[in-house]
Amino acid sequence: MIKFLFKGLMRDRHRSFLPAIVTALGVFLTVVFYCYITGIMGDTIEMSARFESGHVKVMSRAYLENKNQNPIDLALLGAEDIITELEEMNPDMAWAERIRFGGLLDIPDENGDTKSQGTAMGMGVDLLSENTMEVERLNILQAIKTGTMPSKPGEILISNQFAEKLEVNIGDDATLISSNMDGGMAFYNFTIVGTFAFGTNALDKGMIIADIEDVRMALGMYDATAEILGFFPSGYYESELAEEITNTYNLSKEIDPDRFAPVMVTLKEENSMGQILDLADAMGFFMVFLFIVAMSIVLWNAGLIGGLRRYGEFGLRLAIGEAKGHVYKTQIMESVLVGLIGSVVGTIFGLLLSYWMQEHGINVESFMKTSSMMMPNVFKSRITPTAFWIGFIPGLFSSVLGTMLSGIGIYKRSTAKLFKELEH
Amino acid sequence: MKNTLTVQIEGLKKHFPTGKGHFTALNGINLEIGTGEFAGLVGPSGSGKTTLLNIIGSLDNPSEGTAKVLGHNIGELSITEAALLRRKEMGFIFQTYNLLPVYNVFENVEFPLLLLNMTAAERKKAVHDAVEWVGLTDKLKSRPNQLSGGECQRVAIARAMVKKPSLVLADEPTANLDAENSHHILKTMLKLNEELNTTFLFATHDEKVIQYLKRKIILKDGMIEQDLKNL
Repeated sequence: MIKFLFKGLMRDRHRSFLPAIVTALGVFLTVVFYCYITGIMGDTIEMSARFESGHVKVMSRAYLENKNQNPIDLALLGAEDIITELEEMNPDMAWAERIRFGGLLDIPDENGDTKSQGTAMGMGVDLLSENTMEVERLNILQAIKTGTMPSKPGEILISNQFAEKLEVNIGDDATLISSNMDGGMAFYNFTIVGTFAFGTNALDKGMIIADIEDVRMALGMYDATAEILGFFPSGYYESELAEEITNTYNLSKEIDPDRFAPVMVTLKEENSMGQILDLADAMGFFMVFLFIVAMSIVLWNAGLIGGLRRYGEFGLRLAIGEAKGHVYKTQIMESVLVGLIGSVVGTIFGLLLSYWMQEHGINVESFMKTSSMMMPNVFKSRITPTAFWIGFIPGLFSSVLGTMLSGIGIYKRSTAKLFKELEH
Repeated sequence: MKNTLTVQIEGLKKHFPTGKGHFTALNGINLEIGTGEFAGLVGPSGSGKTTLLNIIGSLDNPSEGTAKVLGHNIGELSITEAALLRRKEMGFIFQTYNLLPVYNVFENVEFPLLLLNMTAAERKKAVHDAVEWVGLTDKLKSRPNQLSGGECQRVAIARAMVKKPSLVLADEPTANLDAENSHHILKTMLKLNEELNTTFLFATHDEKVIQYLKRKIILKDGMIEQDLKNL
């Protein structure tokens, strides 16, 4: 009997091929949409992680309390030892030192007098060491608009906006006027070798990027660093792992009463990142949920119509002596089979497109020119384990549910009435 | 065998609910049909012949009275028991043939046997016999859309007869056929009735069918107006 029905299913394109195509299409869209939303939300958070918070961040306890002021006088001392210890505790993670500082950037004219001045927000990162990951992490090469990357100490990049405001050119000198780690005045001369634009106002307004060793020299921070950012090997923030690592590290430092002792915080604990993460999760869930509901209605309807158009056949089968329960059961089995095939095919194609979008993404740079949000210019999808099963909700569950509902008609209608359907 | 009763109906009434009350489709039917009869329920549309055929075929239940078919009281059968009775003992022939379009002739005729859990070899033999009775051995691999109307109805007869049922119920079987095909079909059914002693009960108002009947049960307004036997 099963073989007989399977043969019929395969021959009747309206029962097999077309519903499978509709299901596959719905599942495909669900998977692609889910991965895309996950990617956008994830990328937005990752951008903040790369520039600002890391997946975890180590600071001194005192620095943490006043971190909004970038208090370099409260920076961590013995940075090299701390990094060695962090690498021993978490060998898979990448650790990067950062110093954020504020100051005045003075541009002298040919006589050495001030030509222009502006308040600068600086970031000291590892630009020059041989194995640095920071250039890639911050996407600096792609962000450079004019000039080149710093290749030796004393060279800096400044934002395009800032360069225009200060009317400086590549090769011009600039003097940073700031306060050093001990609270004294700090002056340091740089050469501007390039300008950059990350595409977000938050980063492009009055920003300068210098090699961290230059910043140490300028601010008297020998073997000191403001922050040590930790990044997971997956490249994505993993909440549970971050909490586990943070708890372990902080527990090991608990006995140290020094207010300059290192303390680790997760990305979620940074600024309002927890709220943003929760919002991203909620938004992502809501959008995907809406889409799944819409796809479910489509596939449910397909299952319903598929069942209704076969009432005549069911009437015949009942007349021949097939039990109602058996007719219903075979109808659901067919639906499960078609739903399963459609879901598998849709998921495979959805994952393939999502993989391509994960690797290449969609460039929206031209739309983001005026954005002040720290968002990526290339929206990339992200494949998570959920992407492998989420399409089965509308693909299998909804279409089978639709079929089950249409099948209830077999029970509700009297046999004679179903039998009568044969005449139509 | 000819003397045993296949259908035994007493005081049968059937009401259908309507908006305000109910409509009585059958109003006190008393009827006995013996094994091997070739009988017909004759009457105009709305006389109750299809309703009576449905009750005899265990597709519907009486509102009042009793209908015993092949020893089973239809009103007391569960859905499953009714399905089992149809599966083992009854064959149906419809006005619109109702062949499954994705299956060929062999498969359409084979379908009722699959429900009886017969082996493939038994099924094959039974199908070949049934198709031979209706003269379609050269069309075994054809699909319904490759057959004429007359050929489709012959396949439907083979499907109804393949399990050698005790009772065949035919609702307007020639309504969609021309005169030549109608006579061919009726001669085939008459031959099967005589050779296999199968009881045939028609619901019809087609003169072509009526002239072949050996018994005419004339219905009017849900009641038997005349019962003409031994024609």
